[in-house]
Amino acid sequence: MEQILANGLYLGAQYALIALGLTLIFALMNVLNFAHGQMYVLGGFVTYTVYAQLGLPFVAGLFASAVTLAIIGALIEYFLFRPVIRRSSREESTMLLAAGIAFFLDAVILLVFGEKQRGVPKIINGVLNWDFRLIMPYDRILIGFLAILSIVSFILFMQYSKTGRAMRALAQDRVAAQLQGVNVDRYSMIGFALGAMLAGLVGGLLVTITGVNLGMGGPTSIKAFMMVMIGGAGVISGAIAGGFILGMLESIGLSVLSQYGDITYLLIFASLMVFLSIRPQGLMGKPWG
Amino acid sequence: MKRRSILKSVAAAASASAFISVSSLAAWAANDTLKIGFVGVTSGPAAAWGTSNVRSMQTRAAWLNETGGVTIGDKTYDVEIVTFDDQKDPKRAIAGMEKMAQEGIHYVVGPNVDDGAAAVRPVAEQNGIIYFPYAFPKELYAPPAGNAVLGMIANYQSGPAIYKYLKENKGVNKVAFVAANESDPLSQRDGGITAAKALGLEVVSDNVTYQVDTTDFTPVLTPVIQSMPDLLVLSGVAPANAPQLIRSARELGYQGLISTETAQDATVLQEGAGELANGFISVGGASTPEIASDTMKEFVDRYTKMFGEYNDESNTKVYALEYIVETLKANPAAIDNVDEFKKTMDTFSAANPYMKGDSHLKYVGTTSFGQKRQVFVPMVVNEFKDGKFETLFIAEVD
Repeated sequence: MEQILANGLYLGAQYALIALGLTLIFALMNVLNFAHGQMYVLGGFVTYTVYAQLGLPFVAGLFASAVTLAIIGALIEYFLFRPVIRRSSREESTMLLAAGIAFFLDAVILLVFGEKQRGVPKIINGVLNWDFRLIMPYDRILIGFLAILSIVSFILFMQYSKTGRAMRALAQDRVAAQLQGVNVDRYSMIGFALGAMLAGLVGGLLVTITGVNLGMGGPTSIKAFMMVMIGGAGVISGAIAGGFILGMLESIGLSVLSQYGDITYLLIFASLMVFLSIRPQGLMGKPWG
Repeated sequence: MKRRSILKSVAAAASASAFISVSSLAAWAANDTLKIGFVGVTSGPAAAWGTSNVRSMQTRAAWLNETGGVTIGDKTYDVEIVTFDDQKDPKRAIAGMEKMAQEGIHYVVGPNVDDGAAAVRPVAEQNGIIYFPYAFPKELYAPPAGNAVLGMIANYQSGPAIYKYLKENKGVNKVAFVAANESDPLSQRDGGITAAKALGLEVVSDNVTYQVDTTDFTPVLTPVIQSMPDLLVLSGVAPANAPQLIRSARELGYQGLISTETAQDATVLQEGAGELANGFISVGGASTPEIASDTMKEFVDRYTKMFGEYNDESNTKVYALEYIVETLKANPAAIDNVDEFKKTMDTFSAANPYMKGDSHLKYVGTTSFGQKRQVFVPMVVNEFKDGKFETLFIAEVD
């Protein structure tokens, strides 16, 4: 049981961090960013290049991932999403744009970083073994801790900084925020950059554990959407709750149901369908959006 | 002024006619083109499989063209590789094979997976295409099927040899299997279980599977490791997943042997699992220093120069194009007639340029399929050690 809980918490922390960026972008711009997984993968490759290829410290890799993705996010918002949102009120326009960006980033990643799985040297050696009841490598503990620290920092930033408050106001009511003097274009760009930065950061963190390859983007986006749907689209606390719920369900399912074959995700998807038919807005979302 | 214009026109006409003449001469002197197709996966999680295929073909084709082309009968051809990414989707694989048929291509390498290889069979047979899949279902190669040629060694050929070796030399008695929840790995797992039981090994875990997009294998492997196997078999494991599975197993305290029947890449293992991958057993090709010929070494150099980094999976995938070209050389009538190609397969033999010693290219498979529908490649079983593969043993298949 201790092992299941520890696995669930570790998975939940990384999942929550992935979902945060996605839900932030949705909250601010009503954009379903299908390229979120690809941004995560790009973040992993940037850390891989800086840390494993250039031999710089891991922290430098993380910083490079965060900055690179923030810049890419800002450019994508400014040059792609902003004009499309201005010219088209149809939601599918931004959805198609996001899907196109996902394919584009996949192609760029293949060209620049190749088709191979990449990994980096362990950032910390050793394994915590508590009488074989709980086995957890130290690097997972560290990454789990850093993920939780990032989540807390993000919440504090959104709660207490001027930028965070402006973005929350924008998420709650775009028109009212504009009337109160919030620069919508500016904070939309900052929000998109922040969301992309979170994807890059978690990609950089997890490359030390899972490695990275170009095929990880799509499945990561799907999981992130699941977490957001569980917690409630556009709700920060909902994304965090969704991440931990999915992590715990996955851990319990893989341990308890292993003798029945790979039915964990079958049950998770079936449960999600039932849950959404009862509560389509998710745990913390509002039915009116 | 008028005279100057006339002179200009004459000069322009002379230049144009000279250009056309030179172009015509160049066209006359150039070789014909021999198009060889590739239909397989070059994007997504399994991109490494198809990409190593395509790049091996492109490297070899460029090399052949650079040295004057390929002489088949009384004609010399430049080899052109026509590629199609099926994205590991059988529907797209069919579309890819149809494209090859439309381009008049008779020889195709791929697809890379079972369902894609099965899906393209009707298209290949109707359009006179011989294809070289990297997929294991026996019905693709056994009569009445006749157009598919297995491009590598199947798990039901390598698995028993590996288990037997480990049983006799490493004292393995208990085996556990883990596979991705996809058709190829699951069928390879089932074949492995049958082979292990036939050898008298005890199978202590055979039903644990994982989603192909899994990134954290600790929860997946926890119950497998608790079954205390001597050998953990990663059935049909993708190169992207192998390091993570090995790492998770070792971090969970597993001390036994780990093996797979698929080809792997040493760099990927080193980066993803480091010294934890030491002792990992996999199947390779003509790769290790003990058996690689100078031609193989030059191929690796050329591949590296062309694409920046070599992929060890190409040690097996270097062979398909070589077999096609050499068989066509042996029977030039086969260039647009696959029935002639099939006839030649029964007696074909040529020197194997990629291996040291007296190794030959030949078609095998009579024992497994009842007809020669498999390329002969050495079954090199490797052990990973400190970033490199070392040959554990070499066997042959028929």
